[in-house]
Amino acid sequence: MNYNWNWGIFWQPAPDGTGVYLWWLVSGLGWTLSTALLAWGIALALGATVGTLRTTPLTWLVRLGNAYVELFRNVPLLVQMFLWYFVMPELLPRALGDAVKQMVPPWASFWPAVLCLGFYTSARVAEQVRAGIQSLPRGQRMAGTALGLSLPQTYRHVLLPQAFRIILPPLTSEFMNIIKNSAVALTIGLMELTARARSMQEFTFQVFEAFTAATLIYICITLIVVFGMRRLEKRVAVPGLIAAGGGPQAGH
Amino acid sequence: MFSGFDFDVIQRSLPFLFKEGMTFTLTLTAMAMTGGIVFGTLLAMMRLSSYRALNVPAAMYVNLMRAVPLVLVIFWFYFLVPWMGGWIIGAKEPIQVGAFWSSVITFTMFEAAYYAEIMRAGIQSIPRGQAWAGYALGLNYWQTMGTIVLPQAFRNMLPVLLTQTIILFQDTSLVYVLSIIDFLGAAARIAQRDARLVEMYLFVAVVYFLISYTLSWLVKRLQLRIAVIR
Repeated sequence: MNYNWNWGIFWQPAPDGTGVYLWWLVSGLGWTLSTALLAWGIALALGATVGTLRTTPLTWLVRLGNAYVELFRNVPLLVQMFLWYFVMPELLPRALGDAVKQMVPPWASFWPAVLCLGFYTSARVAEQVRAGIQSLPRGQRMAGTALGLSLPQTYRHVLLPQAFRIILPPLTSEFMNIIKNSAVALTIGLMELTARARSMQEFTFQVFEAFTAATLIYICITLIVVFGMRRLEKRVAVPGLIAAGGGPQAGH
Repeated sequence: MFSGFDFDVIQRSLPFLFKEGMTFTLTLTAMAMTGGIVFGTLLAMMRLSSYRALNVPAAMYVNLMRAVPLVLVIFWFYFLVPWMGGWIIGAKEPIQVGAFWSSVITFTMFEAAYYAEIMRAGIQSIPRGQAWAGYALGLNYWQTMGTIVLPQAFRNMLPVLLTQTIILFQDTSLVYVLSIIDFLGAAARIAQRDARLVEMYLFVAVVYFLISYTLSWLVKRLQLRIAVIR
């Protein structure tokens, strides 16, 4: 039982004529990162909004926010991916749906993947933002009101700046999750890092080299993100507060 | 909007979806949960050990698993397990491992890393005096862990462990990448055969939502009931 190791495989030309196999992985990494970063923008914007609304005194807004979070948290990511890719164009108005279906290959799976990951992660970000705001002492909100600030002003100047500094560590892990979860987009044909490793394995039969390289790249991303975020956390830490991470959380 | 819907395709395929698909999904979830919690608890105990030979490998394993996407882990184990199996029993060729066992091993090993972090927090939440009291009574490590620390840690962490299991239940849909017939895989087959993607995928989403939502509602109630008043 012998496995033929061949680490030189990365420098051999790939069959599609775009360069060597290593370049496949690099371009895969590019797609992984651009998908994750764009989706992260959506997730932060939507998540911060929904999370904030869930802490307002307006009951119907809170309910709406809760429903949003439950909706995106209780359907598997892969199923959501299929909904965005296969089902969405059918449910749109005819002309728009046809336009979506006629997008050229990388974009046809790129945009659904970005939207899917963005909305999926926004529900998780919303949950963190809500927890962050609610972890602030009640007196903060009351002090804002006592100073004559309106509700939006209280949020803008008192609650949100503190909450965001507190929830930076859990947001870091959500950011890591969005990078890892972008691998699910290979099911709708996005040639991101995992998909590239997989197709490299199919073309060369060098299973373990291909997957080892992909794994190492993911580990490097993790190290860079964790290192960078730790420095950021130190800079923005609220003096006098013990780093609030809360209890352990389920996740993936 | 629903005018062109063919609800009949769902009804026609219900036996296949649930008898084959959902059975696979639930079996896989149950087995991976059991294996994952057992292995995860062992990993947590290793990680908290004062022996470097134990805590370093455990920490490396957990961090590695948490750094790579589940899809990549699924591929890894799908190809690695036959080679490992062949190497262990000394066979000449990589052994045949069915898709089912391959995914059970994958999800057990992957989720164990996540269960381990939960159990580590659980064990650390127990006051040290509890373990010391155990040693003072003359119990050894395994007795102290088994009868004093772990039962309390499990109780404290039960809601989080169950929430992780709901995530595991949703994650099992990713065996789709190995073309296995789980609940989603079964629906995808029908969807492609009958060209009824919209109906089937919406139905799958609704079923997953109902199950996960009900379970997380139950976990929330359990959390209130078992909360230890301190």
